[in-house]
Amino acid sequence: MVPFFAYVGAFLLLPSAAVLVGAFRDPEGHWTLRYIAAIFEGQYLRAFLNSVEISAVTALGGGIFGFLVAYAAVTGGPRWVRPALTTFSGVAANFAGVPLAFAFIATLGTTGLITQLLRSLFGLDLYAHGFTLFSFTGLSLTYLYFQLPLMILIITPAIDGMRREWWEAAANLGATDLQYWRYIGLPVLLPSLLGAMVLLFGNAFAAYATPYALTSGVVNLVTMQIGNVLQGNVLSDPQLGQALAVGMIVVISFSMSLYTFLQRRTARWLR
Amino acid sequence: MAYLEIVGIRKTFGEVVALDEVTLSIERGEFFTLLGPSGCGKTTLLRIVAGFETPDRGSVQLEGEEITEVPPNRRNMGMVFQAYSLFPNMTAEENVEFGLRVRGWPAAERARRVAELFDLIGLSAARKRYPFQLSGGEQQRVALARALAIEPKVLLLDEPLSALDAKIRVQLREEIRAIQKRLGITTLYVTHDQEEAMAISDRVAVLSHGRIEQIGPPAEIYENPLTPFVASFVGTMNRLEGTVQDGREGLVNYRGIQLRVNAARGRDPGTRVFVFIRPEVVEVRLVGEGDGLKGRIFSQSFMGPVTRLRIALDQGGELIADIPSARAKALTMGMEVIATFPPDAAGILNI
Amino acid sequence: MRRGRSFWGSFWLLLGVLYFTVPLLATAEFSLRAGPGRYTFSSYLTILEDPQFRASFQLSLGLALETIVLTLALLVPTAYWVHLRLPRLRPVVDFLSILPFVVPPIVLVVGLLAVYRGAPEFFIGTPQVLVAGYVILTMPYVYRSLDVGLRAVDIRTLTEAAQSLGANWRQVLLWVILPNIRAAVLSGGLLTLTIVMGEFTMANVMLFYTFPVYMNYIGETHATPAAALTLISFTITWAAMLGILFLERQLGGRQVQIGGAR
Repeated sequence: MVPFFAYVGAFLLLPSAAVLVGAFRDPEGHWTLRYIAAIFEGQYLRAFLNSVEISAVTALGGGIFGFLVAYAAVTGGPRWVRPALTTFSGVAANFAGVPLAFAFIATLGTTGLITQLLRSLFGLDLYAHGFTLFSFTGLSLTYLYFQLPLMILIITPAIDGMRREWWEAAANLGATDLQYWRYIGLPVLLPSLLGAMVLLFGNAFAAYATPYALTSGVVNLVTMQIGNVLQGNVLSDPQLGQALAVGMIVVISFSMSLYTFLQRRTARWLR
Repeated sequence: MAYLEIVGIRKTFGEVVALDEVTLSIERGEFFTLLGPSGCGKTTLLRIVAGFETPDRGSVQLEGEEITEVPPNRRNMGMVFQAYSLFPNMTAEENVEFGLRVRGWPAAERARRVAELFDLIGLSAARKRYPFQLSGGEQQRVALARALAIEPKVLLLDEPLSALDAKIRVQLREEIRAIQKRLGITTLYVTHDQEEAMAISDRVAVLSHGRIEQIGPPAEIYENPLTPFVASFVGTMNRLEGTVQDGREGLVNYRGIQLRVNAARGRDPGTRVFVFIRPEVVEVRLVGEGDGLKGRIFSQSFMGPVTRLRIALDQGGELIADIPSARAKALTMGMEVIATFPPDAAGILNI
Repeated sequence: MRRGRSFWGSFWLLLGVLYFTVPLLATAEFSLRAGPGRYTFSSYLTILEDPQFRASFQLSLGLALETIVLTLALLVPTAYWVHLRLPRLRPVVDFLSILPFVVPPIVLVVGLLAVYRGAPEFFIGTPQVLVAGYVILTMPYVYRSLDVGLRAVDIRTLTEAAQSLGANWRQVLLWVILPNIRAAVLSGGLLTLTIVMGEFTMANVMLFYTFPVYMNYIGETHATPAAALTLISFTITWAAMLGILFLERQLGGRQVQIGGAR
């Protein structure tokens, strides 16, 4: 036990504390809000907004898409679909970062397979229509590749918890399919759905490798900004990096608390 | 034409025939039970009546109207499931109210009706609780109230007691029967528990392998089973395989011993038959006190008012006898005894 | 919930399958390109013959093994003690074990550099410093795996039985407990392997030339070999995940395992 606590203290708690304290001190060791104030301005504020936006969009998109796929796999289709989907989701959820970026370059990059197919088969030139893989849209499509399977893995147990008797009882009492979803299906699933999407949000928010490899570190996200500060690509104090890190911790802590709260709500229903 | 008619229903799942030409008529206000072992098709039949399954062939008619193709939400039938069917996101009250809400009842009338029903099931104190805060028995009561709220044309119960403790099971089944009688509601009940079926039904249909074996009031099913399956499934039954010896006198030869069975009268000599004898009609005496089936007691289990003896017959085979516990004291394990039964208390079926 | 096949169900399933497979097929096609309409395996040969590939791969593999050993050495006794002797500490350990979720790699690097920037060269100057952070990154997954594994066996009875036969604590842990949670240990180890083999953030920021950093460098310069590397990397992930799934089936329970470098 002692080695465990010592290790966690030295390499997790101490560094976290250093970040939390460092963000509030200037190089002379005086307390200051200068760096925290800086992250609410200009490109840093923009970076936070971009990160939140792409995380929210891919959490929502991946969440809905993933739910529909998981629901289809649980409630219908041949028997083998479900284990196959779970296995593949397990792999795909772990397939992220640098290789994922390359896979999408090979798919939707300027010479990617889909780009070329669309051009030669339908005469549709994606890039002439303003699409680029290195934009917000392209980045979102790439994030979806790990968001989607993650959603499938998280939401499948919740869908399993939906009992067939609920639909049957509702139908029996005269409810239409729509009324079933309105009064029972959605209310029961909503905390799980939201909880899963919150996890997806945090997952995308922390992403570094994927956007870095896809845009060579150019896209303006919080994680990129921190990396730039650390690598000395921009002239700034390390405290600025720490302030940005504090911002990340705050956002992620908030989403984790939300997740815990939503988890408690579902736990009592889906036992 | 009866209130609910089930005509020539056949249903298969892949290779498995779940129901094979099942026909039933249920009268208005009747408590009708489908009884059979698991996999006999009883639940499938109930689900066909509810509209959750469509039969391959045959039809379901309610008050003379064809409803086979009517979707479940337009059938106006209240169903109580085995367990866990209450909507988890609604309180007990909201669950009961649900059917009225989708029917667009005004709030005041809904409230009145809900209050009535909680009175009926004696759970008024638990109205604001969520299903996970209710015991299994309470959940099933609320489920019953929910099904009754919509004043269904038929009440369907799919093994509603099977997930409950033995004691609550007996108590609740009596309540269900009392409520059913009070409301005069036509009820279709599914169970695998023959004792339960006997206790609460007006009539029982015994099913086996997708076919109806026998339909009738509980007493008739018990006393006069028409097939070997019914005889062995309903209650405990001794079955002796013999040959009719004399059709006029009613004599059956069981491995060289003559048994007097009134029901054998009119059967041709030489016919192979099963003789059915309920354990409670078997009389056991000490050897030397008259003729009968001779054997040795090899097991004795105390069951309260009666004691169950198992007797290994000298001719082979065994006989179960339930005798008053007071009398059983004189009979001990390993004792040689003579077993007899009244000639009019045994049933007979051709093999 | 109605069961059965429906048009929309099949539609979403198909769309999901396409989303999974098309990028992989595109990568495979891309990796074989050798000019318009011509295909060759040469990019794979280029990669395999590149000494930097071997060096970076070996570095990452070495780091992965070091991480696995250190993580298990720290977590197996901890999880065991929490289960057996100190259930009071469970909430604390549980909390600490998921804390890395709140502190993503990029933030952890900031913190580690803030604390250890001035540390001696032998610690901060070699790639091994990454292991310090990797243990933290993989902790939530390995701890969960061990926790599930320990739940599945009656460790109290096993421990007491072993002790009554005269075993000391070290012997109980190594000879009795460890073999019984073998599947959980292996599964945690495989997951650590995939995470470390794909970890880019910390290595890139701290300027160490690990496998993913090498992959990124290739990607910036040679597109076709990068696609080949992607498939190689994907195969490693596949193999590890199939191994984990197999082990979990042996464990009986199924658990969601999500690691990886985003």
